[in-house]
Amino acid sequence: MADTKIVVDCSTGEVSEIELTAEEIAQREADAKAAAEAKAAEEAALAAKAAEKAALLSKLGITEEEAALLLG
Amino acid sequence: MPNTYTLIASVTVGSGGAASIDFTSIPSTYTDLVVKLSGRANADVVAVICSINSSALDSGKRLRGDGSTVASASSAEAYGVNNSGATASTFSNAEWYFPNYAGSNYKSVSMDAVAENNGSAAYMSINAGLENTTSAISSLSFAPNGGNWVQYSTAVLYGIKNS
Repeated sequence: MADTKIVVDCSTGEVSEIELTAEEIAQREADAKAAAEAKAAEEAALAAKAAEKAALLSKLGITEEEAALLLG
Repeated sequence: MPNTYTLIASVTVGSGGAASIDFTSIPSTYTDLVVKLSGRANADVVAVICSINSSALDSGKRLRGDGSTVASASSAEAYGVNNSGATASTFSNAEWYFPNYAGSNYKSVSMDAVAENNGSAAYMSINAGLENTTSAISSLSFAPNGGNWVQYSTAVLYGIKNS
């Protein structure tokens, strides 16, 4: 089944289901790819930060709760 | 301060799903616009792409969290859409606010979005975005960044006047 978009014409209230053009499909695929890459990069950055934090806590020999107490 | 909400249009996705929900021929007779969306996507996606006059927002900043971590990024995509992995039949909520949408300045937008996953980790975000156009906003489009909106996803467009 072809991908469609729902279009609401606000001047008439008419609602239409319209098949995506080849250009829209290509844009959609590019958006999905870019989004997946951005999500992976963000999650990798978060994981790296968490690993650095864990390593530092280990080096200091304290728990996360103890570190929070020190910073509070 | 804008203080009147007027329903311009509302639409609910049917059984076939939809790649996007688009509002066209938006009248220029209001001060601001608001879109509220209750949506669920059928793919493993987390964000919604908003387009103004057929162009995805040119820039944006986002603060998002998932219940255990928080991060900021340069992105106008609203994080927080229920996807194929979310609890069955649950939908996320999001709102976009477009002030002075009919003016000749570049168009700013603020957004918030929250996924709902029955208490488990779920994305939520607040964003600020900008579209570099001096034209009035006459069309808006909302699409998950992959897959389709599933049946019963609903978007509502309101016009707001300051008198």
